[in-house]
Amino acid sequence: MEKNQGSYSFRNLGSGLLFGMGLVAFIDEAVFHQILGWHHFYDKSTTAVGLFSDGLFHAFSWFATVASLFLLADLRRRNSLWIKRWINGVFLGAGFFQLYDGLVHHKLLELHQIRYHVDILPYDIVWNGVAVIILLVGVFLYMQTQKSKRAAKEGR
Amino acid sequence: MHSHVQAQGTSFEMIVALLLIAMVSLYPFAAIRTNRKYKEWPVYRYVFWVTGVFSIGVALTGPLAEFAHNNFKGHMVTHLLIGMLAPLLFVFATPMTLLLRTLKVTTARKVTRVLKSRLLQFLTNPVTATVLNIGGLYVLYTTDLYMLMHQSLVLYGLIHLHVFLAGYLFTLSIIYVDVTPHRYSYMYRASVLILAIAGHKILSKYIYANPPNGVPRTDAEAGSMLMYYGGDLIELAIIIFFCYQWYKSTAPRFTNSLYKT
Repeated sequence: MEKNQGSYSFRNLGSGLLFGMGLVAFIDEAVFHQILGWHHFYDKSTTAVGLFSDGLFHAFSWFATVASLFLLADLRRRNSLWIKRWINGVFLGAGFFQLYDGLVHHKLLELHQIRYHVDILPYDIVWNGVAVIILLVGVFLYMQTQKSKRAAKEGR
Repeated sequence: MHSHVQAQGTSFEMIVALLLIAMVSLYPFAAIRTNRKYKEWPVYRYVFWVTGVFSIGVALTGPLAEFAHNNFKGHMVTHLLIGMLAPLLFVFATPMTLLLRTLKVTTARKVTRVLKSRLLQFLTNPVTATVLNIGGLYVLYTTDLYMLMHQSLVLYGLIHLHVFLAGYLFTLSIIYVDVTPHRYSYMYRASVLILAIAGHKILSKYIYANPPNGVPRTDAEAGSMLMYYGGDLIELAIIIFFCYQWYKSTAPRFTNSLYKT
């Protein structure tokens, strides 16, 4: 572990986190809205709260994608990029957003469903199952990087 | 749709055309004249200015303007041009900087006094600018104003003027390249920018479901998606430039090459 990495571990995590959120929102838009056409731009059951949350979700992820890449450049500029910690952030951010989209947007607020005119249950299980797995990988990586951070501190 | 006022071939179109011609000729005139005294005015700024004027011209005169009168999708294109693209181009053309270097020092001082005033501090606060910009759009599309706009030439002119000015105000309240006496932190501006983008997206989808009075459903759906994705593109440009400025301003004072040697 290089010496700058430890002092910028939070920024490494944060940049990855933002990128992960942006990545999921981008895949959601590109694959499920545009290519597959499963998601709908607007669903008749959409509530006002759902509309609000959806707008904020996309505005934030749009900004996060760009900001995370500039943060990445910043870490490189400071010789403090810690790639494992960054990827750790990506998994946490992606898993969290995927789960938020799957549970809050699709189920709680009924913004839109994953796909229409099909039995939705298997889709929901796969969607949220994938989210939980990504999130767990993120947690696992977090524990690992925390450990090597502590080890490096003690070694100094 | 029969009660529509025609803006084409009227005095309105003439006034717009004259104004735009004045804008497109005064800017280079001022820039070239002041080149003798100051640093040469960069070529790309002329390009930004002329393209900005051109986007307004296309939106308000000629065939697109006529199409926009009868079609909501066309209307959305003109709004993207007037309210988002032209303002962004104008901000990068830094007309205030040019004005200050054109005027006599004493007059320029008076202008800066106005720029520094409480009123302008209030107006250039990103929150005020967002309310004027996005809030104005909510009023336009969720009330009967949109329908009334096509029945009165005065209203048509005023609303488009508002859309442009509010868009310009909003863009310059987020991106600081021109003269900016009242400054707000990056974090503050980023938060407001995200909220403004969210407001734009929410309104687009709202229009999809609730077409403004007088707009057929299919037109509203197509126009709403144009507003959503077209807005995305211009917002992306704003975000990238904003983050780039943030990135530059936080450069470490000592470069790593200095550390290493």
